[in-house]
Amino acid sequence: MIKGTTKSTFLLLAFLTLSLSASAQSSSGSTNYLLYGLIGVIGLLLLVAILMVAENLLHIEAKQMGVDKSGTNYSIFPNGEEIFKGKSGSLPSGASVTALKRGHDIKLAGEAEKVINADIAGTTFALQPQNFIGISPIPKVTVEKGDEVKAGDPLFFDKKNPSIIYCAPVSGEVMEVRRGEKRSIKEIIILADKEMKHRTYDLPDLATCKREDLVEFLLASGAWPMIRQRPFDMVADFNIIPQNIFISTFDTAPLAPDNSFIVEGQGAAFQKGLDVLNKLAGNKVHLGLSAEGASSVFAGAQGVEINYFSGPHPAGNVGVQMHHTSPIDLKDPAWVLGVQEVLTIGKLFAEGKFDASRVVALTGDELDAPKYVRTYQGANVGELVKGNLKGDNTRLVAGDVLSGKQTSADSFLNFFDDQITALEEGNEFEMFGWLLPLSPRPSVSKTYPNFLFPDLKFKANTNTHGEKRAFVVTGQYEKVMPMDILPQHLMKAILVNDFERMEGLGIYELSEEDVALCEFVCTSKQPLQQILREGLETMREQA
Amino acid sequence: MGLLDFVKKIEPDKKKSPFLHTLFDGFFTFLYSPDTVTKGGVHIRDGMDLKRTMVVVVLAMQLCYVFGSFNIGHQHFAATGQYTAFLDGFHLKLIYGLIQLIPIFIVAHVVGLGIEFWYAAKKGHAIEEGFLVSGALIPLIMPPDIPLLWLAFAVAFGVIIGKEAFGGTGMNILNVALLARVFIFFAYPTTISGDEVWVAGLAESGDTLATTYNWFHTGLFNGIFESLGWDTFQAGMPVVDGYSGATPLALAFKEGWGAVTEQYSTTQMFWGAIPGSIGETCKPFILIGAGILIATGIASWRIMLSMLIGAVACAWLFNMWGVTPFMEVPWLYQFYMGSFFFAMAFMATDPVTAASTTTGKWIYGFLIGFVGMIIRVINPAYPEGWMLAILFMNVFAPLIDHYVIESNMGRRAKRNKITGVAVPVTPVAEAVAEH
Repeated sequence: MIKGTTKSTFLLLAFLTLSLSASAQSSSGSTNYLLYGLIGVIGLLLLVAILMVAENLLHIEAKQMGVDKSGTNYSIFPNGEEIFKGKSGSLPSGASVTALKRGHDIKLAGEAEKVINADIAGTTFALQPQNFIGISPIPKVTVEKGDEVKAGDPLFFDKKNPSIIYCAPVSGEVMEVRRGEKRSIKEIIILADKEMKHRTYDLPDLATCKREDLVEFLLASGAWPMIRQRPFDMVADFNIIPQNIFISTFDTAPLAPDNSFIVEGQGAAFQKGLDVLNKLAGNKVHLGLSAEGASSVFAGAQGVEINYFSGPHPAGNVGVQMHHTSPIDLKDPAWVLGVQEVLTIGKLFAEGKFDASRVVALTGDELDAPKYVRTYQGANVGELVKGNLKGDNTRLVAGDVLSGKQTSADSFLNFFDDQITALEEGNEFEMFGWLLPLSPRPSVSKTYPNFLFPDLKFKANTNTHGEKRAFVVTGQYEKVMPMDILPQHLMKAILVNDFERMEGLGIYELSEEDVALCEFVCTSKQPLQQILREGLETMREQA
Repeated sequence: MGLLDFVKKIEPDKKKSPFLHTLFDGFFTFLYSPDTVTKGGVHIRDGMDLKRTMVVVVLAMQLCYVFGSFNIGHQHFAATGQYTAFLDGFHLKLIYGLIQLIPIFIVAHVVGLGIEFWYAAKKGHAIEEGFLVSGALIPLIMPPDIPLLWLAFAVAFGVIIGKEAFGGTGMNILNVALLARVFIFFAYPTTISGDEVWVAGLAESGDTLATTYNWFHTGLFNGIFESLGWDTFQAGMPVVDGYSGATPLALAFKEGWGAVTEQYSTTQMFWGAIPGSIGETCKPFILIGAGILIATGIASWRIMLSMLIGAVACAWLFNMWGVTPFMEVPWLYQFYMGSFFFAMAFMATDPVTAASTTTGKWIYGFLIGFVGMIIRVINPAYPEGWMLAILFMNVFAPLIDHYVIESNMGRRAKRNKITGVAVPVTPVAEAVAEH
């Protein structure tokens, strides 16, 4: 608000100076105008000064009283948005709403139809150690080929952190322990039983148990890896009590699954999961909701702080929400979870069984029938999209098109994936494609007429639409980055390994998905996510 | 895809002839967008690339080219008192302008692109698009009578010292086009700063200036015009009495606004039918170009606006001060003269050499406007300031950015101090679950 006031004051002054000087000129020779003008300017400056002091005093007072939260307006000026904002009936009164302006929604064709399909769950599932950031590449595998496992039985553990167990998402027979480069473990594949068998647990009583016991149970049960820790997006460190735990309940990425739809009918499990997390958090569990409408399961969640966010992608990214709620730092990490991870933890406590079932959205224009399917963590990609692909020049992406990983029919979904996107490979030359493109393509640039058709859904392909260049254009990342971060300068700091700048410019607040949109818009086609990950890895080694 | 197959067939071998291959690649990627697909990172990319960015800038300045080439002819004939109405002798003026402009355009591009291609081949990377814009800008900021050899030197200087020495497009500190211009300015100071250079085609004959023509005028086009029954180029026409060829700025510097209006009307100055560098005179067309750049979001409106504010503020202060005739020129009229708008639209907004932070852009633009006006009004040698002001601020842009970045870092450090509560460490008892 202060910033806004200064800006408007500046503009006002500039305008005044112009008009004054114009009038002074038009009546050249008369110094009276000049005198009046000067008096006027001084008077105005005084008024502005008084207003600013009053404004600041009000802010200080509000801060001291502890009522200065986001969404409140302790200012002598009404907030412009408050005046012009339409009545949003769906939001409860007094809700904290953060309106994010910067960003961009990439509208793609191929949204999943809102029906959950349960009969194509697949038969093979895999757990991939490489999905977990921060564990050693060769974990200790505790099963062998041919072993029978139940859902929730340990498959491997990290030698550095033996207490954290990584467990089987389904019951069945271990088909293969597949190794990758340098004998690292790539994936442990399980052929699933038709009837799921679950490991049994002695559940601690949530109401009475101590935090230590709860942590111990989560570690031993295999549910711990569901929790990630920012900065670095790594497996949560069980030796700390994080101040805050963040859950974003909506995903604004292109074609992303609708969590409000997925969570339907599972309100009890979700609430149970939140109760567990509440015991783990030092301060609060924060739930980020879409101001454009959210399931009553989310809006009615108990014992958590609910923050509403409106605006284009990446408003749904948990990193953005953390930045606007309670920014993190290396010394002040936060834990983050996705909605479906909360459900798994909730069901563990509600039903006493490890239920790694996942609703996965099959999306993209290259699918005959984009839809939701109910399966389990680490499902085989090929089995899920079988018979549903239009052509064969198709790229399968585990996740969304911005931050997902390229995958193939014989690969498995990653641990946290809830989406598969199929899109056309753009491996074709296009005559004068840079100047007069033959087909519409998503772009934030106003040199394309896209902005005239806000509802047009694009059929995008994977062509780079240009070659990689040095950073030339400035300010374009900032336009799609709703945080107080200078992405281009941060990237340059990473490239030259300037630790102080990386830290100072907020590398800890970012994860790949937060810069993915910057990478999309980049005129120079720079690999920002890769640069950021390299920077994060450097900092993690330093830490 | 017959054409594609044909073009692919003539592709030179990269190892045997790297230069030819680079050349081929440069032209091929113009003809066809490459078939490269995304790998690791995002899977779809925005349709915007550097080629498209650059070509929009080039398109935005096309009207300046149209007007510039005609105005070269108009000034030439105005000096001798022929066809004084703007559109009289249309074919003569246009042809004269084109004969003057096209060689400048060709030399600028052959030299600049040649160096660019050579460096690209030597370094083994693709040809970068930066010179597309520099090469289009350079002819527009040159005096119409520029000797082509000087121009070649200037372009080579700008591209080699200004850009390639720093690593190519995106790495340069100084604006390449302005560096070429400043080379001319400092290397040939006596010729470039007089009144004669702004009007083309006048040479000393006896004790007066008179028109001179070459084969293209008298041989080629006079023949065509005669056969059509049109007017022809007349060599040896003397300039009208009292003609100086001085630009409004030169007049204003010596004798103030009164002297300017004796020779040029404000309408004339606004529309650009005055002597000056080729592309800088026509304000409406430059503003259309600026409008295109702002509407497409390619150039920063912040820099343009703050530069305008800076220049107005400075001119206004000079009005207050008013010790020389030039200082007393009403601030509004400062914008009728000289190349302020061209510098604002196309020079100051170069993203590589400008400040790269949003706040930095405001400061950068304002200072260019302010400093440029100081140079224009006070500098006795050369009454125009934008070239020097922009180059000056190019050098300071990283410093401005540095402080903006520092303030961002300071804000974060302060915030972390307030909210950053140290995390209590609880020793979770002896590791759980034995395996």
